Amino acid sequence: MNFFFEVLIGGLLSGVMYALVAIGFVLIYKASGVFNFAQGAMVFFAALTCVGLMDKFGMSLWLAIPCTAVAMILLGIAIERVVLRPLVNQPEITLFMATIGLAFFLEGLAQLLWGSQVHQLPLPIEDVPLQSLLDRFNIVVSQFDVIAAIICGVLVAVLALLFAKTKVGRALRAVADDHQAALAVGIPLQRIWAILWAVAGVVALVAGLLWGARNGVQFALTFIALKALPVLILGGFTSVPGAIVGGLIIGASEKMAEVYIGPLVGGGIEGWFPYVLALLFLLVRPEGLFGEKIIRRI
Amino acid sequence: MFYREAGQFRTTYEADGQLLPIRQDRIALIATLAIAALAVPFLASPYMLSAILIPFLIFALAALGLNILTGYAGQLSLGTAAFMAVGAFASWNFVARIPGIPMLLAFVLGGLCAALVGIAFGLPSLRIRGFYLAAATLATQFFVIWCLTKISWLTGGSASGVITAQRIEIMGYVFDTPQRKYVLVLLVVALMALLAKNLVRSNVGRSWMAVRDMDMAAEVIGIRPMRTKLLAFAVSSFYCGVAGALYAFAYLGTVEPEAYSLDLSFRILFMIIIGGVGSILGSFLGAAFIVLLPVFLNIAAHGLALPTSVASNLELMVFGALIIFFLIVEPHGLARLWQIGKEKLRLWPFPH
Repeated sequence: MNFFFEVLIGGLLSGVMYALVAIGFVLIYKASGVFNFAQGAMVFFAALTCVGLMDKFGMSLWLAIPCTAVAMILLGIAIERVVLRPLVNQPEITLFMATIGLAFFLEGLAQLLWGSQVHQLPLPIEDVPLQSLLDRFNIVVSQFDVIAAIICGVLVAVLALLFAKTKVGRALRAVADDHQAALAVGIPLQRIWAILWAVAGVVALVAGLLWGARNGVQFALTFIALKALPVLILGGFTSVPGAIVGGLIIGASEKMAEVYIGPLVGGGIEGWFPYVLALLFLLVRPEGLFGEKIIRRI
Repeated sequence: MFYREAGQFRTTYEADGQLLPIRQDRIALIATLAIAALAVPFLASPYMLSAILIPFLIFALAALGLNILTGYAGQLSLGTAAFMAVGAFASWNFVARIPGIPMLLAFVLGGLCAALVGIAFGLPSLRIRGFYLAAATLATQFFVIWCLTKISWLTGGSASGVITAQRIEIMGYVFDTPQRKYVLVLLVVALMALLAKNLVRSNVGRSWMAVRDMDMAAEVIGIRPMRTKLLAFAVSSFYCGVAGALYAFAYLGTVEPEAYSLDLSFRILFMIIIGGVGSILGSFLGAAFIVLLPVFLNIAAHGLALPTSVASNLELMVFGALIIFFLIVEPHGLARLWQIGKEKLRLWPFPH
């Protein structure tokens, strides 16, 4: 039974990390209807830039993080200028394909700037089992995962406050509801998009730091985007709570499946199980758990 | 001056409905095919044939398959490589397990297997659409490749997962040199492209486009969306499956799951974006572009004496930037540029 809970908790905590990437997606999709395939590349770019700044310019971690955040904000603004602005009013699918191009570009750029070898990212959080849980319930839960989950929680709270309380947040929600109406009342759409991509860039930085510290900063980070997709399908593309719940479900079920079903079929099912799960779920509820019901007219 | 249809009168319905209504187009197409089939095999070097022309034709066929699904029927798919893999492995298995099966029949059966898989994974498209579907097609990609790696029966019990493709032998004639392989691939691709061109302008193709443009309106006017979408998935996967089989048998010489990665799916998606979504010609132009670009970049990188790692990263960046550039400047791709060029030629030298 202990083992079961260990797997469950481990899965839930890694699900939090998936959710972190998925939130970046949701932010952009909600407000601009752009399905941002480049989110994984942004996570990779952020993590590699942070490590690169430390390696090449000898910055300390605490200096490198704000510098990277600034870089991600500038990147967000640049993306809005160069990629999105000329594509205003194009079909969604065109914008989606543009983000695939963007993903390739960022992956190439990141490795061109900082090299393609695997880097260590020394976050001052140790990956050791939580002693109190180990003593009391004999369950191994990594301290790192718990702290990562807390950071993720704080980030979500900050984002929620930003959306609910600030003027920019109100503008973001207005743009999300109706582009044209927002433009008509004088909300600068393009500035809002730039802010949004900058925020998504910062979220990508947080995700990149946590994932990078866990698995090393390497090209494989870009595949996290692929992990975040089933989370999105499950949770709905437009809902931050959906991304979190979806992340938890995917994280937990994927680890469970790997541990309990995996040995029966030869293992390695982590790669597709989330997708099949999400796919089956979609057949029942096509808009996802928390997605908006799609009303379609002719 | 040379490209003008003045004086070409269409007096019958057959003439009005033919594939290429302008005489110059017909001559150009026949000339291109004649050169490709009769002159190229003798003039091109074996390297040119096996490293550029054969992959170009095979990718063009795969892009054609994806274009049928995405460009004509409007269902975005990221699982192209998986359908190709099904085609390749199924063909291999048919040849290995049924003694004396004609090679071409094995290719067709491989394509049909891919079509079945395509229908199975196309089922969600009835309920979900757009990005949800795109994300769901990734399930195909991961699931199929996983099956091919894990289920040893499919790979003939090979330990490494890499199996050698059988020799292509059709009616006692062995296709083993680059020239012969090229001719075979060219024949298959040309026939299937002609078929596709006719298919998309038929009743079936029109219903695909109706579903693409507005599926509910299509349903209202009596097009059955289920049949239409699943047929698009089936035909598209069939094309991809045959392309996958050719990829393994005529190009790689091996059948292995790793050859059909997500990266290949993306490459084929890029081909149709750059070539032109919803255009048969575009599939060929896009494939040529994507096959030739790395070659040119390599030559350029070699000329500038760049290290390989820099060159490969630059390649990624150039790919990405080009995709964005094309989407911004010409969302309909190279095929549209070609069309614009032809329109200009018809009016030249008096543009008004």
